[in-house]
Amino acid sequence: MQRMQETDRLNAGEEKLRNLLLLGLAGDEPAYHAFLQELSAHLRAFLRKRLARLPDEVEDLVQESLLAVHNQRHTYDAGQPLTAWIHAIAKYKLIDLLRRRARRDLLTDPLDDELGLASASDAEAADARRDLGKLLTQLPERQRLPIVHMKLEGLSVAETSRLTGMSESAVKVGVHRGLKALAAMIRKDA
Amino acid sequence: MRTDDLVTMLATGAGAVPPHPVARRYVIGLGAGTLGAAVLMAMLLGPRPDLAAAIALPMFWVKTGFVVSFAAASLFPVWRLSRPGASLAWVSSVLGAPVIAIWLLAAVVLIRSDATQREVLFFGSSWNACPFLIAFLSAPVFVAAVWTMKGLAPTRLRLAGGAAGLLSGAVGAMVYSVHCTEMAAPFIAFWYMAGMLIPTAVGALLGPRLLRW
Repeated sequence: MQRMQETDRLNAGEEKLRNLLLLGLAGDEPAYHAFLQELSAHLRAFLRKRLARLPDEVEDLVQESLLAVHNQRHTYDAGQPLTAWIHAIAKYKLIDLLRRRARRDLLTDPLDDELGLASASDAEAADARRDLGKLLTQLPERQRLPIVHMKLEGLSVAETSRLTGMSESAVKVGVHRGLKALAAMIRKDA
Repeated sequence: MRTDDLVTMLATGAGAVPPHPVARRYVIGLGAGTLGAAVLMAMLLGPRPDLAAAIALPMFWVKTGFVVSFAAASLFPVWRLSRPGASLAWVSSVLGAPVIAIWLLAAVVLIRSDATQREVLFFGSSWNACPFLIAFLSAPVFVAAVWTMKGLAPTRLRLAGGAAGLLSGAVGAMVYSVHCTEMAAPFIAFWYMAGMLIPTAVGALLGPRLLRW
């Protein structure tokens, strides 16, 4: 009985999240905002459970996964269970992170990480929260300016175009490519 | 940047996603790749000289039916593997059906033929070139298939790379069949398959590196 209630609750949660995403994909911004908001809590719980040994990495990975979901949102098929889609993305980013760490540790001293607990304080400097805002400043102008004006200051495409002297389609492409480049920078730097 | 700020940033001005974004990317990517293979074939190999006469033969259509249906079937795993969390049910049946059909036909042909004929039916006159030419023609399709998949979101990169390789091999074989004069089912069942498996292996090998996002 209790288990049934729990699946009902999960299904209701999934249904709600799915509706928000579908509205968002159709252009409803407040719904999309609500979707991402709920998704970040869901991702945090999902990743915290799987990264118990690397708690410092959880929030970075939540952010990386959110960016991945956003950049790849066109691959969601309305006929597919939303949780399967989201968990596949989060797991992919999790495995990618573990591989990156393994490669980095191979180049430095593998023993440090084997000892796990002891290295927690040493690792702090290296694992300091990655600042996406800082990474953003490293993007080339044609990507950075559209993102700053449209995504951070909330200006429209037309206003951004007027401010930067870029065409409207160049502004849209700049946002799109900039966010993809941001994901690529995360992949390379960790 | 705090996660809440990131959420706000991503949502602001997100706009609507254009309809059928995945299908559109496939049409562009695979259209360009197939065109590239066709141009390579036309320029370097040319269509078989007896093409006009060959289209009157039933075996020409059996061969064409096999390569076209296998190319169509190999789209299915690519399609599935480029979406996170999509199910792979039915992939092996869809891929297996045309292969089993041509193998059965090849077996019947070999069993019913004369012992002295079997070698010719199996090796034809171009067995040592066929697989490599198919692999060669698959190259532009492979580039296009990797481009297509990379813009989506494959999460099982080795499988996805193999699927992209298989699709490009199948399209390469389809294009090659316009040039190739071999008509025996045993030849097609073995050497065409061998040709398609070369880019498949390359794709599986390179997938994790090429498709990362």
